Amino acid sequence: MIIAQQKPLKDIAALISECNKVMLVGCAGCVTVCLAGGEKETEIMASSLRMMREVEGKPLQTITYTATRQCDPEYIPPMDEMVKDVDAVISLACGVGVQYMAERYTDKWVIPALDTKFIGGSTVHGEWVEKCGLCGECILHKTGGICPIIRCSKSILNGPCGGSQYGKCEISKDVDCAWQLIYDKMKALGKLDKLMEIQPPKDWSKSRDGGPRKAVREDVMIG
Amino acid sequence: MRLQYSTNIRIVEMTCTGNVDHRVLLNAFEEGADGVYVAGCMEGDCHFLKGNIRARKRVNAVKKVLDEIGIGGERLEMYNLSSAQGARFAQIANEMAAKIKELGPSPLNKARSGNGCCGCSKEGETK
Repeated sequence: MIIAQQKPLKDIAALISECNKVMLVGCAGCVTVCLAGGEKETEIMASSLRMMREVEGKPLQTITYTATRQCDPEYIPPMDEMVKDVDAVISLACGVGVQYMAERYTDKWVIPALDTKFIGGSTVHGEWVEKCGLCGECILHKTGGICPIIRCSKSILNGPCGGSQYGKCEISKDVDCAWQLIYDKMKALGKLDKLMEIQPPKDWSKSRDGGPRKAVREDVMIG
Repeated sequence: MRLQYSTNIRIVEMTCTGNVDHRVLLNAFEEGADGVYVAGCMEGDCHFLKGNIRARKRVNAVKKVLDEIGIGGERLEMYNLSSAQGARFAQIANEMAAKIKELGPSPLNKARSGNGCCGCSKEGETK
């Protein structure tokens, strides 16, 4: 899922200092799961902003709504009526959701309340780690299910490098060497011979190249 | 025991402090409470195992929010005591009421100006 974290409340408050009424829009997708922008976080932020402004003697009105997914255009129109008389929209979605809101409500200032961080998963409740580099061509079958693109600090395909010591990466004693993990896993699988194959340089044209990427499934298109 | 404790405390019963959400605490302050304290069971005695431990984490998180929005995290506290500790309950109630009295009314206390909406105490209410 997409992992995001809230911006400092004071930064958001500063952005809406001239507004009298704002709409806070949460998202029931990834940001609900990573506890950054779901219904609960949206209500907490609205309450905090209202109180902050009340203390400053400049009351703020808020409307809150949580869309099923802000990254799907079909879930945006139900907000049309609510958005009409607000001075700004604060989106607690990832960067995708913020853009869909801004696209639909062209005359509204849409403010991101979150910093979209990475694609990852949880380790324990309240902690998330990056797991996928969105490189566009998955090679996890070659590396024992451990992604060297994002989990190796150098993203090398033929590791480990000389900075691997006692299973840790040279950048930090808290960071596992991905290639040590890959080696251990492939050894356990009895597939060490696969690691002897030299991987050619990665084709980065499938990643951040050629502008925004697009995925198309013509068979599910309507109309 | 017929113990006396401060009369300006409103008790909100919850099933377990583990059910005390950030929003419940913030709502009390938004409604004008001058102070809030959460009275949970003794640590290690939670019927739901970790309800009171989780409540303390949430209380600490809301304290930070209160500091950030200018109300003051010291207006919110968490205490642990068992239901058999009546004297301790009264002591905490008085302690917290005295602390809030010293801090003065919350900036969001609607009765702060002295025009109490329902005849409520000018000193503010501890909720």
